[in-house]
Amino acid sequence: MERPVRFNTNVKQVEAPASFMGDGFMATSFDKVIGLARQNSLWPLPFATSCCGIEFMATMASHYDLSRFGAERLGFSPRQCDLLMVMGTIAKKMGPILRQVYLQMAEPRWVMAVGACASSGGIFDTYSVLQGIDQVIPVDVYVPGCPPRPEAIIDGFIQIQSLVGSESLRRRNGERYKALMDSYAIQ
Amino acid sequence: MSLPEYHVKLPDGSIEKQTTTLNLGPTHPATHGVFQNILELDGERIVSAEQTVGYIHRAFEKIAERRPLYQITPLTDRLNYCSSPINNMGWHTTCEKLMGIKMPKRVDYLRVIIMELARISDHLICNSVVGVDTGAFTGFLYVMQYRELIYEIYEEICGSRLTTNIGRIGGFERNFNDIAFRKIEKFLVEYPKVLKEFENLFSRNRIFMERTQGIGGIDGQRALNYGFTGPNLRAAGIDYDVRVHKPYSSYEDFDFTIPVGKTGDCYDRFLVRNQEMYQSLKIIEQAYRKVQEFKGTDADVFHADAPEYYLPAKEDVYTKMEALIYHFKIVMGETNIPAGEVYHSVEGGNGELGFYLITDGGRSPYRLHFRRPCFIYYQAYSELTKGSMLSDAIITMSSLNLIAGEMDG
Amino acid sequence: MPLTNQQIIERLTEKFGQDIFDIHEPYGLLTFTITKDLNLKVLRFLYDEPDLGFTFLTDLCAVHYPDNVGKELAVVYHLHNLVENIRVRFKVFAGTEQPDVFTATGIFESANWQERETYDFYGVNFVGHPNLKRILNVDEMDYFPLRKEFPLEDQTRTDKDDEMFGRGNLIGLN
Repeated sequence: MERPVRFNTNVKQVEAPASFMGDGFMATSFDKVIGLARQNSLWPLPFATSCCGIEFMATMASHYDLSRFGAERLGFSPRQCDLLMVMGTIAKKMGPILRQVYLQMAEPRWVMAVGACASSGGIFDTYSVLQGIDQVIPVDVYVPGCPPRPEAIIDGFIQIQSLVGSESLRRRNGERYKALMDSYAIQ
Repeated sequence: MSLPEYHVKLPDGSIEKQTTTLNLGPTHPATHGVFQNILELDGERIVSAEQTVGYIHRAFEKIAERRPLYQITPLTDRLNYCSSPINNMGWHTTCEKLMGIKMPKRVDYLRVIIMELARISDHLICNSVVGVDTGAFTGFLYVMQYRELIYEIYEEICGSRLTTNIGRIGGFERNFNDIAFRKIEKFLVEYPKVLKEFENLFSRNRIFMERTQGIGGIDGQRALNYGFTGPNLRAAGIDYDVRVHKPYSSYEDFDFTIPVGKTGDCYDRFLVRNQEMYQSLKIIEQAYRKVQEFKGTDADVFHADAPEYYLPAKEDVYTKMEALIYHFKIVMGETNIPAGEVYHSVEGGNGELGFYLITDGGRSPYRLHFRRPCFIYYQAYSELTKGSMLSDAIITMSSLNLIAGEMDG
Repeated sequence: MPLTNQQIIERLTEKFGQDIFDIHEPYGLLTFTITKDLNLKVLRFLYDEPDLGFTFLTDLCAVHYPDNVGKELAVVYHLHNLVENIRVRFKVFAGTEQPDVFTATGIFESANWQERETYDFYGVNFVGHPNLKRILNVDEMDYFPLRKEFPLEDQTRTDKDDEMFGRGNLIGLN
């Protein structure tokens, strides 16, 4: 359908998944439709602690708009969010709190470690900094940089979207996932 | 401040029989930073507050004892990360004071341009976030676009947006190119109108005024006793600004005024920061004109003549003998760094950012202590919010411009 | 007449005499050392005297000198007279066996957290402090990390190879 706009005409439309279409119906598998819906409407929880948080604010602002990808609504309550974006250094004092926030999130949940400090401790190889958040919670995507440019954060977000879209519905009930959670002592 | 008690019994006439304990925990909405407040509430009124900090303690002072002086600049970036060039320049001027290096005027003026741009970017974040906390999101979105322009100027000069590591001990790493000057000109032309429009959104806005006037005020003498500096102190009526008291980097050559408030409440802080942005624009214009006056070979000066401390250009290192020797000495730490102790401070976005450096002749400091303004004035938060309501406490916190990186360090 | 370093030191020596020693002016900032028990008296004197008027505590920190046996920990105060625009620095020394120093919170409210930070990093016990507990580090920590004998890195981490940073023990460069 012709869009009534003048400038923003080069918009990428989301394609319908492979399906069997008929007169008034379309049959696909659940995985594909649910994955499509989830990936384009992720609700992120920005867990911003330091400098990467300011780059995230720049990503959310109008210049590098993150809401183009469906992340319009930022939630601050873990119960309502899908994606935990950890941005900034996590000190050992903060570790238990991060774990608490992760535990409160409902399945399906994804975690993105933004920045060098969240991925591996960054330049702070000290006694008080957690050397990467994967010491306490499982991580899906790591975005390197100190701080990563907004384009890099968006790239990480797109990778999360492709993970979300291609995830099988049975993954969270399977053995491998259970073993992963056990390795972090999460019930 | 005595030890806290939870669920304190309240006197008769209060709304409730004992206080409710509310944990305004480390994970904040609206990305303020990680610090915790345990509030004792009587209904909606705050009876007492206890703060916990240290959730992002990264042990800067201990890391600094390990690194040579020129490698400490990236650490100073991450103190007040909204205005990292000011921290960088503060560290460079401290080291130059220690080593006794005299800076050429052109370098000083270029530094002033960068520092005032950083101050504008810091105050922009603070003011627009105060707006967001009162419920007005548009101001934030509108001014972030101009912050992006400031970031582009940094990128032209040093390559990075936020944690800039700009400049070197002894000057800058390269001369500002034409593109950087064009961008600075564009900023000077476009930004004043934007600031005026941002001000119009808030300054005489009835809702904003009712939410911020009379909230979180502090008396000037009390603020001095608490160690306040920067816009928070100036809003309380005391005009202490390190740029005027102890000018560094040729600030004495510039003509600017220091805006001062009256009651020290959130509205005064907002207005003081806005006015400081106008003054910073004035300083940048003057500095830009002064830099344009340098012609010929003078216009190529971007570092001091201190071969002992400033790395020589790479082409000289590969062709000339002395440049090679100096390069080796600087990198391996064989240069004569004088042993001594120096305290130097600059006017950061939040106040007096001080560096207390003790060296023992080796290439890394013996002790480096950062005097961090946020850490010192956050102690007053419990006094500022006593008796106010919960939503006012949020506005007070955001108007104090608390940056967690600087607070915990 | 503006206040000079010379006048300040004359006023201090006439009041405190021999207890003030090691007076020098590195980079123009008057620096002196006093005995541990006099720190509050000197702070009060500098605060109250109308011609001295050092009413702003700029900084309070500590330095660890492991070689000065008996006087390892130095607590350094930076004061500022905003009207005359002059600064002064003084130090008190305390040993690690009994690192007690009187607290300055009675005179300056800003000393409260700065002393807690000094306690957290160096273990200096401020006598009379209302709430002396750790502020920046984890509460359960049982050592004072910024003292020179403790390393910077967390020794229990497994993902960083100290050899690559020249800190391992195999080659002995250290």
